[in-house]
Amino acid sequence: MRSNLDKQLDTLNQEMIRMGMLCETAISMSSDAVLRHDAAEAKKLPDLLEQIHDKDKQIESVCLMIILQQQPVASDLRLVSSALKMVTDMDRIGVQSNDIAEIVTMKGIEGPIDRSIPVREMADAVIHMVTAAVDAFVKRDDNMAHSVVKYDDKVDSCFDRVKEKLAEVLKRTDSVTGRDPETGLDAVAVLDILMITKYLERIGDHAVNIARWVIFSITGIDEKHEGRIT
Amino acid sequence: MTDDTEGIILSGTIVSVKGLNLWYGDHQALKNINVDIPQNQITALIGPSGCGKSTFMKTLNRMNDLIPGVKIKGDILYRGQNIYDASVNVTDLRKKIGMVFQKANPFPMSIYDNIAYGPRIHGVRSRAKLDEIVEKSLKDAAIWDEVKDRLKASALGMSGGQQQRLCIARALAVQPDIILMDESTSALDPISTGKIEELCLQLKEKYTVIMVTHNMQQAVRVSDFCCFFLLGELIEAEDTKTLFSMPRDKRTEDYVTGRFG
Repeated sequence: MRSNLDKQLDTLNQEMIRMGMLCETAISMSSDAVLRHDAAEAKKLPDLLEQIHDKDKQIESVCLMIILQQQPVASDLRLVSSALKMVTDMDRIGVQSNDIAEIVTMKGIEGPIDRSIPVREMADAVIHMVTAAVDAFVKRDDNMAHSVVKYDDKVDSCFDRVKEKLAEVLKRTDSVTGRDPETGLDAVAVLDILMITKYLERIGDHAVNIARWVIFSITGIDEKHEGRIT
Repeated sequence: MTDDTEGIILSGTIVSVKGLNLWYGDHQALKNINVDIPQNQITALIGPSGCGKSTFMKTLNRMNDLIPGVKIKGDILYRGQNIYDASVNVTDLRKKIGMVFQKANPFPMSIYDNIAYGPRIHGVRSRAKLDEIVEKSLKDAAIWDEVKDRLKASALGMSGGQQQRLCIARALAVQPDIILMDESTSALDPISTGKIEELCLQLKEKYTVIMVTHNMQQAVRVSDFCCFFLLGELIEAEDTKTLFSMPRDKRTEDYVTGRFG
């Protein structure tokens, strides 16, 4: 009985790693599309999102089968219940990466974003968080998961700076040309960048959620709700 | 028992076991057991075969006394009194701490007489009083509606699940405080098992239930408190939710997740 459960848990683990890799790819591709202003890259996202949705359903099915057939307890139960929660966050990462790509294809932003606005820094931080959260799950490393939770401060700080920079852009906007003479951005582009960075900030939050479920699956401590789930 | 759980004191403890050791001849079956059993709750005793859980349960109403070569050391305080004191009347003790076994064992007599047997032994002679006890016991065991029209029929004609509930009713008839259940559903189908489990949940309102079970899911479903035994030691005693979600001891984790046993 245990060997069958071990096989099922191994399958679950492998599928979680695959879904994590799909999410890493999604966030990297959408960030590249933004930073390189590459609409062709952005148009690849819907197919990737479809794969993420499929993986979400597949993992849920594996989890429900384990619960049905094995009635897992203790660390097995924590792993399965965490996986069920994590795939929801991973799926949202896919959706929000796709939302970012959609903005790129709408051409509100007409060229590469001026480097004075820390979008690249924010994208790199978020990619790091998603990658580390998935790694923490794979390696069963709660210290790495804790570092992901802390890293979110950097993303939040980046987002604050983006908002400040965009406010400055709006203040400098020439009333005749409708553009900021320094960055070349107009109001539509400012709103698009704000939306993109808000999505990045949300993806960072999902990475934090994933990291917290990794911590719970290892330690039994639910940091989000400040206590042990029993 | 691990240091973490040693000395757990729960409010409403009905049985307090202190330094209990038991030998069958040279073989030590229980090793320094310390635990407080909570009152009006269901306590499950789990562990692999031969771990000492049934032996432990039988020490609670001195069923091991009759086994040749048995030696018991330590204290078992039931409502503050050591049940191994010389002054304790074992018949009275077993009246207060009743037992239901793995296999239903109705007496070869009518349903009514099965229930009335205990009270009669304890001196109840009034027909009206016996009628009252029989009805109350069968109602408490959730079987009254099924048998009230055939109380004079033989108990041996009942189904296995009904026979087991009859045995529970028989235990209730002498007004016990604690009911010990030794794998009392292991021979029953899922529906009969479900009825006994529902019954246990009702019984804990009035009684304390201590059950030995090999069915982990049953322990999770019905028990409030759980004791894990291994090789004669009490490894972990915890509230059931904690024991099955975040056990303290790796041996408990390995057992409940099916890694051994």
